[in-house]
Amino acid sequence: MTLRDPGNVTAPSRTLWGDAWRRLRKNKFAIAGLVWIVFIVAMTLSADLWVPATFGDPLAINTAPGASLAPPSLEHPFGTDKLGRDVFSRVVYGARVSLTVGVLAVSISLAIGLLLGSLSGYYGKFIDTIVMRSADVFFAFPYILFAIALIAVLGPSYRNVFIAIGILGWPSIARVFRSSILSVKENEYVDAARAMGASDLRIMVRHIMPNAIAPIIVYGTMSVGGAIITEAALSFLGMGVQPPTPSWGLMLSDAKSLMFAAPWLTIWPGFAILTTVLSFVLMGDGLRDALDVKMKD
Amino acid sequence: MLRYAVRRILQMIPVFIGVTIILFVLRAPGVLPGDPVRMITGERAIPESLREQIIEKHALDQPLHMQYVIYVRNLLQGDLGESYQRGRPVVDIFAEKFPNTLRLAVAAIIVEIVLGLTAGIVSAIRQYSFLDVLLTLSTSVLVSVPVFWLGMLFQIFFGIRLKEWTNDAFYLPISQMSSAQFPDWVHLILPAITLASVSTAYVARIMRSQMLEAMGQDYIRTAEAKGLKRRTVVYRHALKNAMIPVVTFVGIDFGVMMSGAILTETVFSWPGVGREIFLAVGQRDWPIVMGGVIIIVVIIMIINLIVDLSYALLDPRIRYGGGAE
Repeated sequence: MTLRDPGNVTAPSRTLWGDAWRRLRKNKFAIAGLVWIVFIVAMTLSADLWVPATFGDPLAINTAPGASLAPPSLEHPFGTDKLGRDVFSRVVYGARVSLTVGVLAVSISLAIGLLLGSLSGYYGKFIDTIVMRSADVFFAFPYILFAIALIAVLGPSYRNVFIAIGILGWPSIARVFRSSILSVKENEYVDAARAMGASDLRIMVRHIMPNAIAPIIVYGTMSVGGAIITEAALSFLGMGVQPPTPSWGLMLSDAKSLMFAAPWLTIWPGFAILTTVLSFVLMGDGLRDALDVKMKD
Repeated sequence: MLRYAVRRILQMIPVFIGVTIILFVLRAPGVLPGDPVRMITGERAIPESLREQIIEKHALDQPLHMQYVIYVRNLLQGDLGESYQRGRPVVDIFAEKFPNTLRLAVAAIIVEIVLGLTAGIVSAIRQYSFLDVLLTLSTSVLVSVPVFWLGMLFQIFFGIRLKEWTNDAFYLPISQMSSAQFPDWVHLILPAITLASVSTAYVARIMRSQMLEAMGQDYIRTAEAKGLKRRTVVYRHALKNAMIPVVTFVGIDFGVMMSGAILTETVFSWPGVGREIFLAVGQRDWPIVMGGVIIIVVIIMIINLIVDLSYALLDPRIRYGGGAE
């Protein structure tokens, strides 16, 4: 009788990322989130091919009698709004705005946050003090109010929304990356690289960053969800994307006065925000477990 | 303790200076392109005399650093400028709205503590049970819900649908003005639950992970070895030690809520600080917006200070632990 199945003894060598993917695959919630995101992206990317032809142009105002505020039907699965525009079509096109803002805002946060976080963590001392105290100043503001104040100055528009959200996101990224770098920096392989005469830049890029990046992947994923919800909130308050661009937050803002007469205007854009943000949160949770990142809740 | 308090207060100074610099840059006339007077007055056409008055008051003809000094001096004297739509001091407007915001915040904190703690403790005691998975998933959902949407759904369901289904027998008021026959606190129910929703999820998550950590400690094993009942172990020993991070979170959250829940107040037409800022945004009344932001930042800083100091008082480890890093 053999104690071990010989197949298991020669298990294929795995990379960190292969391992992580294997663990992620087992997390049902994370996979559900991933599937939903892929589905939304596919819907909105292919929208030009089928949505306007089937349900109507998201911007086309229809003044024909009965076209305005029509309840959900086969022709208009999510009903129509005050201007007779198809809500389903606007929700599908709204995904473009939300996902674009989410990804661009987080990219800006990452660009600033990774740069400042790595300088802060790697060099410490004076640079660290400056960067971390500036982060404290940013944390002193309530997030949404800071965004409003920024946009009040920049002027409300599609572009300024992701710029504002992006600028406000850097301190968290910088903090997470800094503490990650601080723990990686102590490893012997960093000393070894230094002893071999590697430059600061090389040590940073080749030895520290790859080992310190996992928490950023987790945090960045969740941040996309956060940026989407912030864009919706800002647009809801009239400080975000401007009409007639279909944005989920803006649609809810229009729905507010018609909440009781036409509840479908409220339900679907909100449902879209909820499920999309939730997908990013679940993905983030799954990645945290898969990459074995320890983060505060 | 005194040394800790002094150090903690001194730490606030650079943050406050940073905050004022940012707000100065944002609202400061002349820093950003455009007519500085227009930045203050908005789109409205103004007479030349008022224009000169504004230039003099904000020292717009002075160099930038002087303008900043004057801005901070006004700030420290409690002068946040006047609303251009209503011609009243910004401080007075907010003082009037503050009690409403405070009431809503207190109600929301109660909801947050009761529901959040219960969910967190239940999850921790029955780790990996169906209930735990369900509660953990619901916290993820709650974190992802846009609060203003939740507020709208509550109004549709509890305000209208429930009223229709029960033939007016049972429903909840959806805005303060709508129906006078309810006692005062009933008006608070929906806004408070809405405002508390996201925080409740965070409290539940923190509580769960803290409880699980506490239950794994040596003193818990000791307590069990002494033959104490499980109830006693859980509530007297584990819970007490798991509470500290939760209470810190709730304290900080209280500051954020008091400072005006702009989305919740807007959706429920609640006449508080947040809604005032929302209305000012719509009217491009920047003194109210910028003044509101600085008031709120100061309130939050003070509350965070109180939270930190009371913890240092209760937990010697914080006092002697050096920095807050």
